[in-house]
Amino acid sequence: MFNLVEKRRWFFIISAFLIIPGVVAMIYSTATTGAPFRLSIDFVGGSIYDLAFAQPGITEGDIRDAFAEYDDRSLTVQRLTLDDGSERWSVRGSFLEQEQRDAIFDNLNEISPLDRERTQVESVSETIGSEVARAAFFAVLAASFIVSFFIIIAFRTVPNALRYGMSAIAAMVHDVLVVMGLASIMGLFFGWEVDALFLTAVLTVLAYSVQDSIVLFDRIRENIPQYLGEPYETIVNRSIWETIHRSLATQLNAFFIMAAILLFGGETIKQFIAILFIGLVSGTYSSIFTAVPLLVAWEKGELPFMSRIGAMLPAPRPTEDNGI
Amino acid sequence: MARHYRWLAVITLLVAFCVWVSLPGTTGLDWDGDGEMNLVVEQKLGLDLVGGVRVLLEAQLPPGSFTPEDLQRAADNVNKRVNGLGLTEATVQVQGDRRILVELPGVTNKKQAVDTIKATALLEFVDFAGIPGVDNLEDVRILTNEQDKLLKARGEQAPSDLQRRPDNGQPFTTVLTGADLESASAQFDPQSQDFFISVQLNDSAAATFSGFTGARVGQPMAIVLDSTVLSAPVIQSQLGSEFIIQGNFTQDEANSLALQLRSGALPIPLREEAASDVGATLGQESVNLSVRAGILGVLVVLTFMVLYYRVPGTAAALALIVFALLNFAAYKLIPVTLTLPAITGFLISIGTAVDGNILIFERMKEELRAGKPLGMALDLGFNRAWGSIRDSNISTIIICVVLFFFGQTPGASVVSGFAITLILGLVINLFTAVIVTRTFLYILASWLQKPLSEKKWLLGA
Repeated sequence: MFNLVEKRRWFFIISAFLIIPGVVAMIYSTATTGAPFRLSIDFVGGSIYDLAFAQPGITEGDIRDAFAEYDDRSLTVQRLTLDDGSERWSVRGSFLEQEQRDAIFDNLNEISPLDRERTQVESVSETIGSEVARAAFFAVLAASFIVSFFIIIAFRTVPNALRYGMSAIAAMVHDVLVVMGLASIMGLFFGWEVDALFLTAVLTVLAYSVQDSIVLFDRIRENIPQYLGEPYETIVNRSIWETIHRSLATQLNAFFIMAAILLFGGETIKQFIAILFIGLVSGTYSSIFTAVPLLVAWEKGELPFMSRIGAMLPAPRPTEDNGI
Repeated sequence: MARHYRWLAVITLLVAFCVWVSLPGTTGLDWDGDGEMNLVVEQKLGLDLVGGVRVLLEAQLPPGSFTPEDLQRAADNVNKRVNGLGLTEATVQVQGDRRILVELPGVTNKKQAVDTIKATALLEFVDFAGIPGVDNLEDVRILTNEQDKLLKARGEQAPSDLQRRPDNGQPFTTVLTGADLESASAQFDPQSQDFFISVQLNDSAAATFSGFTGARVGQPMAIVLDSTVLSAPVIQSQLGSEFIIQGNFTQDEANSLALQLRSGALPIPLREEAASDVGATLGQESVNLSVRAGILGVLVVLTFMVLYYRVPGTAAALALIVFALLNFAAYKLIPVTLTLPAITGFLISIGTAVDGNILIFERMKEELRAGKPLGMALDLGFNRAWGSIRDSNISTIIICVVLFFFGQTPGASVVSGFAITLILGLVINLFTAVIVTRTFLYILASWLQKPLSEKKWLLGA
């Protein structure tokens, strides 16, 4: 049995490599745009038009002209390339009411017939946007608190419950940072926007991260009395290998389902699924390579500031590897 | 063993019920035969799947200047207008203390619908008699004493673009408002090819009105809608309780105005704060794609489970079908409005559903490898995995509750659809992953006892 726990320093370094670029991107993005991500209209207000035309031929200039009268803010106009060869454009502008949107549609219709039945508009005022942003902040806060509390409750019967709780929370923070960093990087380079669904993805990732840690910790909890003479590290390592089939099989199934959605889902759902999938992979990774190594490092008093808490607990068991 | 067959009977009945509920033709059950459904079964589809409009309207008044009853009355009036437009699937609900959410699935004339709903539609008959310089006020916005009263009640100043009486700078005098109307309907005059509104006043207003017009024959009277002068005809003769309003209306305008007058003016002016407008074809395409994604995803998962875990995998695959049926039935019974995020939530919950089974089966394989006999390995697999399944599901359920509340924020409503289907999936999974799979697996194991004890590969071990 390959000793994963022994290599824990390497895993901490790998995690750092996974997280740091994202954090840098978020800091850079905050410094240049005022927000760690490119925020969608859900959070800042504005309109998104998904325009479908009955025939090709319309140009970006035409579209800008049609909007010019009603939308003074700088428009983002983008042609969507789709497999079915239809003429679709995505336009982002400021928040407008129905009358103005209809007037724009009339303008467009004169240039090139608009396929109203395949056109979509979302429009959100700044007030609503800022309310959603505030609610999002509280949702993340509430979710983190309640879940942290739940983990500590769930492991209350285990010696050192707080360690398990803190390690699971660290893994959770790891995964949330990974997906937030990813969203920030994708925003900087590919224009991905963060919307209400992104927040849903982040919270779902958080839930699944905890789920993975719980399964693994449950096994450690069960194995400790069974292999009493063994060093803690060996027990933990054994627990990882015992649950790894489950992790891989579950991951594979999640992959099947998400691949199916990616294949057929709409554009908005695709980014959501991509974020969710990376988050789930990170969740499995972090439970094995972040939460558990942290637990061991804590047990062995390797963590700065934490050693005092460790000293109050039973002395560490001998650490010789008995070759399992 | 008898316990498992009892459960099988329960599950079979449940499945039969769910299949019946899930059938597209099922609309409900009427067991006392009074012609009204005792159990309504209906699949609601969200705007992103059927197309239509959703608008969030906000009171255009400072907080505290109107009561919750005013807002409710505004919502009721909006509801009357929506019904008047024949939009039966529509929903109108008050959100918070200053907003009304209107959803119009399947609506085709979106412009007319939203315009009709949003307009305050305060109709006034204004005395123009004896005032010099009023003949060119058509299409101009004016201030009347009725509006002045409303503005003062809200503690607002009259907007400066409203014209006052040119002779003394006072507001114009309102004789009657739309609140005194008994009925209003749009009609067509084939001679002039014009649409007009035919109105009937209630009895007390009719008395006032005929007294007023009788005294002012030969003088102008303005018909004012939301401060704008529609027309200022000269009173030809004393008017009774029935008369017409002309104003170069198109058919849509005449219909909307008649409807607005019938349903009454909104006590609070409303403004659009958010809107979502989805084309019907786009919605249908999304339905087709997500159904395809769903079927493909589920088939691959079923195949994987059967290939990788063999006999237990078959039990899990059957349990997964039961899981899906229970979910579909729940969506129609609760009812849950299906949207794209809601469907995604369901698909994600399938992943969790199989995770429960995987936990159990991996555990079983371990026990078999440790040399435990088949029956004992089955028992241990289910008993020992239960704690993990429960704890891990609870953490996800907590997150879903948070997401659901986040989804209550106007503007983030897509999120609640995801949260509801995922939470339902997780709860149903606690039943199917454990009880249904266990029942199927123990029964399969009892049928295949001999081959299973000889050929361990059948257990995926």
